[in-house]
Amino acid sequence: MDTKPTLAAVDDAAPLTQDELRELYSLMAAVRHLDTSAVAWQRQGIIPGYAPELGQEAAQVGSGYAVDKARDFVFPTYREMGVARAMGVDMVGYMSTHKATWHGGLYKPLESRFAPIQAVVAGSVLHAVGWAHGQTLAGLPAGHLGVALTYFGDGASSQGDVHEAMNFAAVMKAPVVFFIQNNGWAISVPTERQVAGGSVATRAAGYGIPAVQVDGNDVVAVFEATRNAFAHARSGKGPVVIEAMTYRRGPHSTADDPGRYRTLDDERIDAGEDPLERFRKRLLADGVADEAFIAAAHEAATAEEEAIRAGIEALGPRPGSEMFDLVFQETTPALESQAAAWREESEHV
Amino acid sequence: MSETITATRETTAAGEAPVQQLSMQQALNRALDEILAANPRTVVFGEDCGRLGGVFRITDGLQAKHGEGRVFDTPLAESGILGMSVGLAMAGFHPIPEVQFDGFAYPAINQIVCQIARMNYRSRGTLPMPITLRVPSFGGIRAPEHHGESLEALFAHVPGLKVVSPSDPHDAYHLLTYAASRPDPVIFMEPKSRYWQKGPVTFASETPDAGTAYAGAAPWAGLTGARVVREGRHVTLVAWGAMVARCLQVAELAAEDGIDVEVLDLRWLKPIDAPALVASVGKTRRAVVVHEAPLTSGLGAEVAQLITQGCFDTLKAPVERVTGFDVPYPSGDLEDEYLPNIDRILFGIQRVLEYRRG
Repeated sequence: MDTKPTLAAVDDAAPLTQDELRELYSLMAAVRHLDTSAVAWQRQGIIPGYAPELGQEAAQVGSGYAVDKARDFVFPTYREMGVARAMGVDMVGYMSTHKATWHGGLYKPLESRFAPIQAVVAGSVLHAVGWAHGQTLAGLPAGHLGVALTYFGDGASSQGDVHEAMNFAAVMKAPVVFFIQNNGWAISVPTERQVAGGSVATRAAGYGIPAVQVDGNDVVAVFEATRNAFAHARSGKGPVVIEAMTYRRGPHSTADDPGRYRTLDDERIDAGEDPLERFRKRLLADGVADEAFIAAAHEAATAEEEAIRAGIEALGPRPGSEMFDLVFQETTPALESQAAAWREESEHV
Repeated sequence: MSETITATRETTAAGEAPVQQLSMQQALNRALDEILAANPRTVVFGEDCGRLGGVFRITDGLQAKHGEGRVFDTPLAESGILGMSVGLAMAGFHPIPEVQFDGFAYPAINQIVCQIARMNYRSRGTLPMPITLRVPSFGGIRAPEHHGESLEALFAHVPGLKVVSPSDPHDAYHLLTYAASRPDPVIFMEPKSRYWQKGPVTFASETPDAGTAYAGAAPWAGLTGARVVREGRHVTLVAWGAMVARCLQVAELAAEDGIDVEVLDLRWLKPIDAPALVASVGKTRRAVVVHEAPLTSGLGAEVAQLITQGCFDTLKAPVERVTGFDVPYPSGDLEDEYLPNIDRILFGIQRVLEYRRG
């Protein structure tokens, strides 16, 4: 008996235009510059910490580029800077979470269609299912459903919430795209000691969810897989799992020391070709872009990074009163009295 | 605040609004029915909440009346139920999930504490969580393990959550209606041992249709604080949930010995109505806090501190606590040994009455 669920052949969209291919490159370049700069900012003391996504630009930009901001919603964890940039999220607001300005960042999640950054891996995967089921409950006809795109990694796939989310989504036929970036490492633990069976995508069959494993370092392949998945979910056929195979080329975070668990030789062998360099060669070989375009893209990326850095450096701390004011929509007497005491005793009156 | 509700009840007893005898189960069921009718964004869901109507029948008949989209069964996974609630709230819905029994809230703690309680804060107020989580709570029904837990201190300790527990059908109806109308997450702890006791429920109007039951402030004016259930002069018993009824029994017995006991139903376990505590104990000058939860770091400690802070100069004795013990909730055979019973509460009253400054 063949029980392998398959994606509905609903994606009849045209291939990416040359303009779109060039835009993807520009986005990846912007993400690369911002990502590597953010590590430098941390070393320079501009921000206290950062979780780089070096090497995951194709997976993040390719998938984020498929989002329809008029109706879809994205549920990130803490390493989705490339998705945020591809979706046009305010990047000073995004990076402010790494400046330790505000957990969740200062960007506007509803307008950005990008949920607040949160650090419990797999925590937001269930939120995506609830949001997606809400689209069904709202009574939108098939073909017009908003789709929830939720990101998580090979490490998070070990969490029970991922199982609950996939099962709920399949039972409810919720329009969710589960996007796994399998980057080989969950801090220090490699995929083979994290994911039984070696693949998250293969688990999907147990839920009756169609799944694709895609080369996560090929931005066009990622985009097309995501667009297909969106078309499937949007048409009311239920969730899809995408496992983008990629590699975390940097440390887990700026506090991490990969030398304790992998060698530079390991990295060179396992990382494969840099996705940005790979896409550059392809665009040049296909005649989609020339060296002048590539140079201009990097120049623009540098200028953008500098503007974001200036914005981050200009960010002062939030007023302490926000600690109290933003806990509830309707505050409590106890909280008001604590705020009053804080104001008085801190001489902020 | 406690005085307001007393006044409201007197007014309604004078005939301005109808009174019906309902069990708490019926009162909660009716409240949910009206909430669903009034607010199209409300969704009620959980394990067995749909076709079965819930293991306690609190959602009985609601799916048939309001449809499978509004009232539905979920797979058997509490983290999933609460995590899903977050996403529904982000999509603009007002979820009223049920966790089937108190002890099954533990598998959902991550979603409750790390997500529901923080999303408003994390999103800087742009993604409120108008979630009312119904939890059949406390002990007293000879149930299996994990079916008799008292989680109020745990939830009350979490910034971003509000916690309430009704003690009778009237409060159950109105507090649930109120909680479900608010923009913040509320843990609604239903005393399962009181589900089947009937009591008078005063309604806002003769035909409590959607608009009147849901829209105005009037029906729940006074529901945001504690309530003096019985007035007395000598000592205040502070309780919530099922312990309120027990304290009323104790008060009747104590009255036979000439001890005039005031019973204060705290109702809101967060935020706690500190002015009501101070008003009551300021008058009686003695207080005993009664709860089912274990003693150490229980909510009784918080209540005792609020009383001490507000009534230190007039207190005649240290605030006493009569509570469960620091043991796992026991099997049914030992339940009566564990729960504060009439004798233990009377001993507590005796201790504060006989206390002499050394």
